[in-house]
Amino acid sequence: MEFVGGKLLQVGIAIAAFAAVIGLIMLLVDRAPKSTRDKVTVIGFLAPAAILMIVGLVYPAVQTSYLAFTDAKGTPNGVDNFVWMFTQPEAVITLRNTVIWTVLVPLLSTVFGLAYAVFIDKARGERILKALVFMPMAISFVGAGVIWKLVYDFRGPGIEQTGVLNALRVAVGMEPKQFLLDAPENTIFLIIVMVWIQTGFAMVILSAAIKGVPVELVEAARLDGANPWQQFRNVTIPGIRGSLVVVLTTITIATLKVFDIVRTMTAGNFETSVVANEMYTQAFRADEPGRGAALALVLFLLVLPIVVYNARVLRQQREIR
Amino acid sequence: MKSPKFLIPAAAVGVLALTVTACSPETGGGGGGEAADCSAYSDYGKHEGKTVSVYSTIVDIEATNLETAWADFEECTGITVKYEGSKEFETQIGVRAQAGNPPDVAIFPQPGLLAAQASNLKPAPKAVSDLVDENWSADWKKYGTVNGTFYAAPMLANVKGFVWYAPKTFEEKGWEVPKTFDEMMTLTKTMADDGAMKPWCAGFESGEATGWPGTDWIEDVVLREAGPEVYDQWVAHQIPFNDPRIVSAMDKTGEILLNPDYVNGGFGDVRSILTTGFAQAGQPVLDGQCAMHHQANFQAANWPEGTVVAPDGDVWAFMTPPIDESKGKAITGGGEMVGAYKDTPEVQAFLQYMASADFANNRVKLGGVVSANKGLDPANAQSELDKLSVELLQDPQTVFRFDGSDLMPAAVGSNSFWKGIVAWINGTPSKQVADSIEGSWPKS
Repeated sequence: MEFVGGKLLQVGIAIAAFAAVIGLIMLLVDRAPKSTRDKVTVIGFLAPAAILMIVGLVYPAVQTSYLAFTDAKGTPNGVDNFVWMFTQPEAVITLRNTVIWTVLVPLLSTVFGLAYAVFIDKARGERILKALVFMPMAISFVGAGVIWKLVYDFRGPGIEQTGVLNALRVAVGMEPKQFLLDAPENTIFLIIVMVWIQTGFAMVILSAAIKGVPVELVEAARLDGANPWQQFRNVTIPGIRGSLVVVLTTITIATLKVFDIVRTMTAGNFETSVVANEMYTQAFRADEPGRGAALALVLFLLVLPIVVYNARVLRQQREIR
Repeated sequence: MKSPKFLIPAAAVGVLALTVTACSPETGGGGGGEAADCSAYSDYGKHEGKTVSVYSTIVDIEATNLETAWADFEECTGITVKYEGSKEFETQIGVRAQAGNPPDVAIFPQPGLLAAQASNLKPAPKAVSDLVDENWSADWKKYGTVNGTFYAAPMLANVKGFVWYAPKTFEEKGWEVPKTFDEMMTLTKTMADDGAMKPWCAGFESGEATGWPGTDWIEDVVLREAGPEVYDQWVAHQIPFNDPRIVSAMDKTGEILLNPDYVNGGFGDVRSILTTGFAQAGQPVLDGQCAMHHQANFQAANWPEGTVVAPDGDVWAFMTPPIDESKGKAITGGGEMVGAYKDTPEVQAFLQYMASADFANNRVKLGGVVSANKGLDPANAQSELDKLSVELLQDPQTVFRFDGSDLMPAAVGSNSFWKGIVAWINGTPSKQVADSIEGSWPKS
């Protein structure tokens, strides 16, 4: 209780101090001479946010970039960390896996989500059907990892299976399989978990976009004799292009940063590690902050173009409107 | 509508009263209320009104037991011990020492951390050093010594390398507990030929730490086969990790763990070791699907509730037997070290008490732990397993060594060694695994 009381007091003091600082800034801005008031106002109101940005984002980014060129003891070692990353078999597998993830997850999630959205569009019980697919979105990555780990669980032949998939395999007369152990397909089995989660997201956004395609256009195409595939290909797809890009890029960014699923299910063992997981392992467990920082930097560089592209597409769309 | 308004302050007072009761330090002592017999504490002097702050990794019930174990000491000496336990100890202790805000006394969970802090610590007072000479074996004192200076007395201990089995199964089948490693291998073969169950079950899955139970196996075999000197050199990297003697120990372990006829009872083939959680891995021993399971003394807590752990109970354990008896009866394990950042009289008195047989007896009496303190009366051990552990630790012939992976640099001991075990169970040859672990050893 004493502890909680102390914390509450600290929070109270912090809030009061914050209010006081803001009040002081406002007062000073208001008192500024008329000639420079605009400038002072801009600086006065942007400075707190800018300072927080610099302390919380820019400084760590610069620090991490510097760390990426140092060894475990913090002495600069040039590009050694990057050489390690692109030559050590273990690290190369990590990069390879990240590429597989980034190609497959957005593609599969979007294709499944789109197909589902099209097929259940205006179907009976559409809401329930949507909710079913969307539900995995509500589960945390760690939760999903734990669930699927149980689904993939393995017991040797002749022993009662505890994992659903292996129980099914045995029931139809197949040998049980070590889903999470056999490389390289184990990466695919991890990817399935991510697709399972992200399909719901893609489906909801794309379904809304499909409903936004003007009925007149579809009707006109049908009157012109277009078959359902041609309608879909030439009318629906162009109509939802913006949403497709948003879905693809959002999922791609989420996939590049994937960590929880891998860590929960295999902890990066059995050749399933990805960049984000390896970054954590190197920095916080292997005592190699330099290597961790180098991986973080590479991850940042991989995400950056996608974010830029995403922002540009959004801006173009706003201009069209 | 008047009563609720009236009730709020009343309730507040009530809550406050409860809080105060809960927070007030327990002064009753271990016995539960009656005044403590202070004759045993006269050596520590009187330090009325003085406070000693103690910081460690120990939390929850273990922390309460620890505080109970020194309650009488507090009452008789007048010292108030301010205890703080935190799971973040390992990172926080360095931060606090650097910031000039260390505790008076820190209980280090492993020697590596103690060594890292040695420059900030005060050497142990002579009285403590003498007590450790008297009560502990030289092996133990060595772990509290950094560069020739003795800093910290050992506190409690845990014992690794037990082999768990079901006494009833052994009796039915006419199997005998092996006295040597060779006997254990012969027994393993007998069990496999018998066909009723696989001789061994194992599980190395432990999230990001997957592989660690395998490091315990290897350490046990290195210590027993190559002897304590080689073990020390191996841990300190005076010999390379891929030294032939280490590879030989891996191969010897592999005769069990990599043999599909010998593992993995109740779970499947050799590789299923990697996907079996370490806490569940012993279960087949109870279910009659496997005969033996190698795990530390804390396995006692992993059995389902109601399992009797005793020589005539549901499960019992024997120590992994010696390979070369001339190298002594070796055991691996762990324990805490009590080091001080101050050398005031009250801190010294506290250190002295912590190194004494009185503390060991008071704490062990409360159950759940053992100590390697020779002054500990084995009768105070609260369970059959604790009794066995105390006997092993106090046996003058016992060679005790700390869990090696805890002593190696983090890049090896909590990364590449674990990963190496995973690769090894997954089919990579011993030599290749040892080579790659050697390659990951930080250059200094």
